[in-house]
Amino acid sequence: MSKANNRGTIGKVLHYIRHYWFFVVLSILCAAVTVALTLYVPILTGDAIDHIIDKGLVDFDEVLVIVRNIVIVVLLTAASQWLMNVSNNRIAYHVIRDIRREAFHKIEILPLKYIDGHSYGEIVSRVIADVDQFSDGLLMGFTQLFTGVITILGTLLFMLSISVKITLVVVLVTPLSLFVAAFIAKKTYSMFKLQSETRGEQTALIDEMIGNQKVVQAFGQEDEVLERFDEINGRLEKCSLKAIFFSSTTNPSTRFVNSLVYTGVGFTGALAVIASGAGGTFTVGKLSCFLSYANQYTKPFNEISGVVTELQNALACAARIFELIEEEPQIAEAENATVLDNVDGTVTLSDVSFSYTPEQKLIRDFNLSVKKGQRVAIVGPTGCGKTTVINLLMRFYDVNEGSIRVSGEDIREVTRDSLRTSFGMVLQETWLKAGTIRENLTMGKPDATDEEVIAAAKAAHAHSFIKRLPQGYDTEIGEDGGSLSQGQKQLLCIARVMLCLPPMLILDEATSSIDTRTELKIQNAFAKMMEGRTSFIVAHRLSTIQNADIILVMKDGNIIEQGNHETLLAQGGFYANLYNSQFAM
Amino acid sequence: MKKLLSFLKDYKKESILAPLFKMLEAFFELFVPLVMKQIIDVGIATGDRAYIVGRCLLMVALGVIGLVCSLTAQFFAAKAAVGCSTKLRHALFEHIQGLTYSEIDTLGTSTMITRMTSDINQVQSGINMVLRLFMRSPFIVFGAMIMAFTIDVKAALIFVVAIPLLSVVVFGIMMWTMPLYKKVQKGLDKVLGKTRENLTGVRVIRAFAQEPKEILEFEESNEQLTRMQMKVGRIAALTNPFTYVIVNLATAGIIWVGALHVDNGLITQGAVIALVNYMSQILVELVKLANLIVTITKALACASRIEKVFDIEPGMVYGDAASYENKKKEQKNPEYAVEFRGVGLTYRGAGAESLSELNLKVKPGETVGIIGGTGSGKSSVINLIPRYYDATEGEVLVDGINVRDYPMETLRDKVGMVMQKAVLFQGTIRSNLCWGKKDATDDELYEALEIAQARDFVEAKEGKLDARIAQGGKNLSGGQKQRLTIARALVKKPEILVLDDSASALDYATDAKLRKALREMNYKLTVFIVSQRAASIMHADQIVVLDDGKVAGIGRHEELLAGCSVYREIYYSQFKKEDGKEAQA
Repeated sequence: MSKANNRGTIGKVLHYIRHYWFFVVLSILCAAVTVALTLYVPILTGDAIDHIIDKGLVDFDEVLVIVRNIVIVVLLTAASQWLMNVSNNRIAYHVIRDIRREAFHKIEILPLKYIDGHSYGEIVSRVIADVDQFSDGLLMGFTQLFTGVITILGTLLFMLSISVKITLVVVLVTPLSLFVAAFIAKKTYSMFKLQSETRGEQTALIDEMIGNQKVVQAFGQEDEVLERFDEINGRLEKCSLKAIFFSSTTNPSTRFVNSLVYTGVGFTGALAVIASGAGGTFTVGKLSCFLSYANQYTKPFNEISGVVTELQNALACAARIFELIEEEPQIAEAENATVLDNVDGTVTLSDVSFSYTPEQKLIRDFNLSVKKGQRVAIVGPTGCGKTTVINLLMRFYDVNEGSIRVSGEDIREVTRDSLRTSFGMVLQETWLKAGTIRENLTMGKPDATDEEVIAAAKAAHAHSFIKRLPQGYDTEIGEDGGSLSQGQKQLLCIARVMLCLPPMLILDEATSSIDTRTELKIQNAFAKMMEGRTSFIVAHRLSTIQNADIILVMKDGNIIEQGNHETLLAQGGFYANLYNSQFAM
Repeated sequence: MKKLLSFLKDYKKESILAPLFKMLEAFFELFVPLVMKQIIDVGIATGDRAYIVGRCLLMVALGVIGLVCSLTAQFFAAKAAVGCSTKLRHALFEHIQGLTYSEIDTLGTSTMITRMTSDINQVQSGINMVLRLFMRSPFIVFGAMIMAFTIDVKAALIFVVAIPLLSVVVFGIMMWTMPLYKKVQKGLDKVLGKTRENLTGVRVIRAFAQEPKEILEFEESNEQLTRMQMKVGRIAALTNPFTYVIVNLATAGIIWVGALHVDNGLITQGAVIALVNYMSQILVELVKLANLIVTITKALACASRIEKVFDIEPGMVYGDAASYENKKKEQKNPEYAVEFRGVGLTYRGAGAESLSELNLKVKPGETVGIIGGTGSGKSSVINLIPRYYDATEGEVLVDGINVRDYPMETLRDKVGMVMQKAVLFQGTIRSNLCWGKKDATDDELYEALEIAQARDFVEAKEGKLDARIAQGGKNLSGGQKQRLTIARALVKKPEILVLDDSASALDYATDAKLRKALREMNYKLTVFIVSQRAASIMHADQIVVLDDGKVAGIGRHEELLAGCSVYREIYYSQFKKEDGKEAQA
């Protein structure tokens, strides 16, 4: 990551931190106080030692005063240290809370194009793992970098006040430890990169194999899969060992440099004491104080070298989160967007062109006029892009050219919510949220009464199985429907729409997982529901197709024919072919 | 914990040497204050510069030895940690692969993946840290105390009081926060779940205009997580101030006692400095330890999550080869390929039986059709044949032998399984087909493809058998995937072929051709077909009609049409009564 990028990311992080300026100021103040007091203690200790010279040469009054002062200073330090830690916690956890919230808000308004184009795992890992890593780095940065820098500056000042010459020794040797740390960090970077690549490879294998465990077992492939796993595992072991070992040499190496600093101070200090002679300005007490400064001064270097890698990592994570947060949202609602109400059920598509990618034109100059209460069937071979039409009607995607009008209003000029809630949608992939059955059913109508809920469930033939669940309508179902069968989930999705009865319907192979007997019964309920409602149906069933007012025939993402059953058969085109090959055996 | 520790056994040498060298390093570090004491007491007191130079060189030597020891220790620690986690990953993967369907159902995929990846990574860094520090820190602490005893017994007693106090603080806070960290982890799981849900259900959420409600729910979990983190943070923030206070109060005590003893001529001024130095070494160690406790606590929490997976014993015991061979000899020419005797199945955690009282005898070479409504128990029947689940009532026999007496490979080799969900793996068409038979020739593969009606499209692909398949078979259509999974099951030339609703993505004509090809196979293949379509099973030798887990009828098409009302209903829902013409796509 380039430096400029880093700076940009830091700027964004600061933007979030700004809201907590009070705690930042408090934290900095506390850090300064803590460091100053911590540094003051060795002075007091040194003073005390200078009053404990030899047998009979101990000034007890002075020592007592100093000891009392030490106790007071120590208690103050502890208090300000705790306050600082708590402030840091507060800043870090609140900042990541805000970032997560922002990220989630963004997810809710991202265009479907982005969500369809990225794996869920990747987006989730940004919101969870990256934010987590970032919070660790942020917290560490605050607690250690702050105090570290202040400690270095403070000790330098204190040391300078005692002896300029010995301070020079310290200042000259310490960069060496930074240099060593930087050298090792640079060398290990590529090793860590290799490690995370290998980890990614392994996770992909685990994901694929454990996700499809049943197939693996059915074919008795456990040994072969384990072999592949072990091969990656072996490589991971090698590169992990390298990365971990080489990175862990930082600490001993810098510690070694520090021990050189310590020795240097001891050496020059001892000579200085001798040179200044008995009763001179540079006493043994001052040397002892200096020695402990030398320790305190080098320690933050040690830590900072660790913190810097952590911070780099944290910044990389933050950049990934900001990438998500700054992702272009769906086109904003028109300023004068109206609420679509009193929908009469007419839908008009004029000169619509659409494609997912600019290179591949899908729908071109498509015109369609649907009157109130008409049924539109969309047919075509698997994977022909039948869902594209749904994506456009629901405004999950915007048309490239032309316009779609519902009730005479361009759908781009009404609010998304009002447009979408005027369609009742049942998709092939059933989706239920973690929660109770009731919560799932009342999604479109939160204020529905129990009677209404049961009536809808009965109409969808879901009531009997819901009743048999442990807590009936209040049974908690897990993520993605948990233990319900595919068919049961589909029945719930149908009941969900039957409860809110919107003026228009979109049914995408809505009954694909339901057995034909139940389906026949649901069809009756559907038929009743469709009466007077404009409906779009992705259809497989001949009876649905034959009874439709308009049939759209799709192939390779394009709408190639349009008409009703008779006219299309008479045309003798793709539909006629399809019909003859599939239905007329 | 025991189970996890057993993985360290193979790294006995490393796990002993790492802390040992760490202790050696600490040991040499402990001499530094003593040497400094000599510089002050002897070198400065006598003004002997040569002596000071000598002692300083000794300190550098101690630093070098410390560096070597420490590097050695880091290496062994890294080796033990990485090696142990590699073995752990292998064992966990193997263990998960050995779990049966019941256990996989209850655990869920995503949690197994996190346990295999991030949890093990946490444990790895935990082990690394423990080996490096948990020995070093107590050693320094107690070493410093012992060194203090060699200097002055009475002053050392202050150490004896301070150290237990310090351990109470450190371990007390650790015990206090550990369960809280687990709660934080759970809160994170919830935030993750909510995020995931909003990605997988994006279409439904937007269709029902649920975004505001989802945001509200997310913020609630997010807020809860933040509160939990703050709570842990506040407690953990106590560690440093507390240790700081205890250590410095002890220092004050040492100065006071030291003053008394110097006054009495019991010890020298240098000795007091040495004692103070030892105390500050303890402080440095404890601060390090406190920072690492988070890592260790997290690692322990993760370890217990991993342990939980290991604790799940695979619920099935398979027959051994020898006793199977004996049983096989007794059953020279079994009359039935598959036999169900009073079989019932209750899924784990389910309230009621999903299948009850099934009696069925199938001769080799017969075709059995299974039909029934959603959740009627169709899949349960066929899952019992390769023993994916164990019957909870009665017994299932294959070739006259109870499936429980089969070694796993022998049973799974006999059965070719085609699942409802077509799953393919990343690789090539060949690599996927060879799952059935590792060394299958091109001819064998094409033969299987031909029967599965997949030869044409495979040959049309670039690279033919070696055409790439993306993860999850994303670059193939639903029908193509399904035909490839059928071919995969046929490659191993199974005695029993099970098609679990696996022709649903095929059009009628292809479905019919497939069934015809299966009938004309050159050996006696027993086929089970589960379907919603009456047309797929009406020509079977026996048809099992299931209704709500119970057998509604068994017989041939004509018999059932005459005598089984459920079958009649299903049949006429798909075929018009008058001409019996197929009315379904």
